[in-house]
Amino acid sequence: MAVNTTWVFVEEQDGKPAAISLELLTKARTFGGELSAILLGAGSEDLFAELGRYGAAKVYHLTPDERLPTAAAAAAIAELVGTHEPDLLLFGLTSTDRDVAGRLSARLGKPVISNAVEIGVDGDDVTVTNEIFGGAQLVDTVFRAGAPFIVVARPKSFPAEPGAGDGATPDLIPVELPAVGQAGGAVVTGRHVEQQEGPQLEEAAIVVSAGRGLGSVDKLAVVEELAGLLGAAVGATRAIVDADWVPYSRQVGQTGKTVKPDVYIACGLSGAMQHLVGMKDSKMIIAINKDEEAPIFGVCDLGIVGDVHKVLPKLVEALKAR
Amino acid sequence: MRVMVCVKQIPDPASPYELDPDTHFLQRPADQVLDDTDRYGVEMGLMIAEQTEGSVTLVSMGPSGNLQGIRQALAMGADKAVVVDDPSLRGADTLTTARVLSGAISREGFDVVIAGTESTDGYSGVVPQQIAEFLEVPALTFAKKVELDGGTIRIERQTEYGYDIVEAPTPVVITVTAGVVEPRYPTFKGIMAAKSKPIDQVTTSELGVTVDTGQQIISIRPAPERTAGEIIEDDGDAHLRIIQLLEQAKVI
Repeated sequence: MAVNTTWVFVEEQDGKPAAISLELLTKARTFGGELSAILLGAGSEDLFAELGRYGAAKVYHLTPDERLPTAAAAAAIAELVGTHEPDLLLFGLTSTDRDVAGRLSARLGKPVISNAVEIGVDGDDVTVTNEIFGGAQLVDTVFRAGAPFIVVARPKSFPAEPGAGDGATPDLIPVELPAVGQAGGAVVTGRHVEQQEGPQLEEAAIVVSAGRGLGSVDKLAVVEELAGLLGAAVGATRAIVDADWVPYSRQVGQTGKTVKPDVYIACGLSGAMQHLVGMKDSKMIIAINKDEEAPIFGVCDLGIVGDVHKVLPKLVEALKAR
Repeated sequence: MRVMVCVKQIPDPASPYELDPDTHFLQRPADQVLDDTDRYGVEMGLMIAEQTEGSVTLVSMGPSGNLQGIRQALAMGADKAVVVDDPSLRGADTLTTARVLSGAISREGFDVVIAGTESTDGYSGVVPQQIAEFLEVPALTFAKKVELDGGTIRIERQTEYGYDIVEAPTPVVITVTAGVVEPRYPTFKGIMAAKSKPIDQVTTSELGVTVDTGQQIISIRPAPERTAGEIIEDDGDAHLRIIQLLEQAKVI
């Protein structure tokens, strides 16, 4: 059978396909066979054309209503799976993707492998690679149940590149979000978009991240000043997000964003496994921490054992003087 | 309200994890701890139960060991626990886990099911959604704030761009982030009381669940290592070395 048909789940965010979905489409093109997108959100000519450029020949378009669309989307996709029998379904490790993939897995009675950093197709076998122990080891898992195989992949595991040529505009297939009874009873009553200053965390060439080692929320100012001078984005550990110093949209790590900037500057963070998996593939890592045993020193290019409150102000002054 | 809180015992994250070289399963010592992220779910469950004169039942799957982690959650104030420990579940995938947990939850009856967004040892982060689908109820996921309004639960659902306000009538599954509430510490009285709280141990056959794991680990290998870099003590001029490196990287 091999993998003849791959579907990639695409969440529309701010009029565009979520970045992870373009990464997944790019990866899926390497499997050969037919490639389709399942779009959840508002559609537009531009968006459909972009999905076409990334290789989608068909777009199944699900338009949300006032409900939290996850349960109904899973039901709609399960129905489509029954009709079209795709081999592989790809999702990203984001809130909505996880909700839909989990529900779909239960609905179809098919396993889902989450946290993928690599997906390999070899004849009938689909192998998924996960990182464990903060990325120190890789685990390869193969599906033993029959298709469809459901995979949830970590962002930034694959580059996002349009296919060769212009890419034909995909065939558009509108799909109704069905009634799913009580399971569909959650309603979205408000939406809050965090105002982001400076470059996007996932796109920035430099990320300056802060951790609990800064001591208190007011000490973030020097990190923000450094980021401003470098044109960098500010990142954060889970600890300071949970402590409400910065919003979740700044969180780097297993349960936050994955970043791969040219330079990652870690300020007062120890490098817990949960954080390392989100940043260890940065091209250059510079760490400042007063604890010489901090795990971050095991992955950095330059480690400074010292007090962030002394090093950072001097760095800021020196950059200003340039 | 009848609140069911999904909890997991995991090897103490402070000591190194080990995998069984033959089965590739995580080795689980008898002494396991409550997954730290579950403390938030337990606290949320206790708060809802307190507001509604309800009860909190813990539900857990996995090698039970000496049940130390379950007792930690009982010591916080949960009323009882249901633990599914069955040798056939070793290496179970998320779908099997969700089948078992939803089987145990339906058997008890529930108004609210609470879980963390993902466990600290497995991180798959899809089991609560699978449970919600099996139970045919909404999943209010990634809650960073939870409010109870009569029979309706309203949450702030964390997303990549901010958060959404989402609400649903019970019965419902909620997944909570760390930071949703400040978990209470067990009191001495709570710790003593936990010793005599009921822990109901059930098997998969009692739940009518057939174990059928649809995936298999075929290899574990070391990841390409990052070469260790230069480590220096700050002598007052370390910032100059940072600037040299930034110049080298051509970002300044």
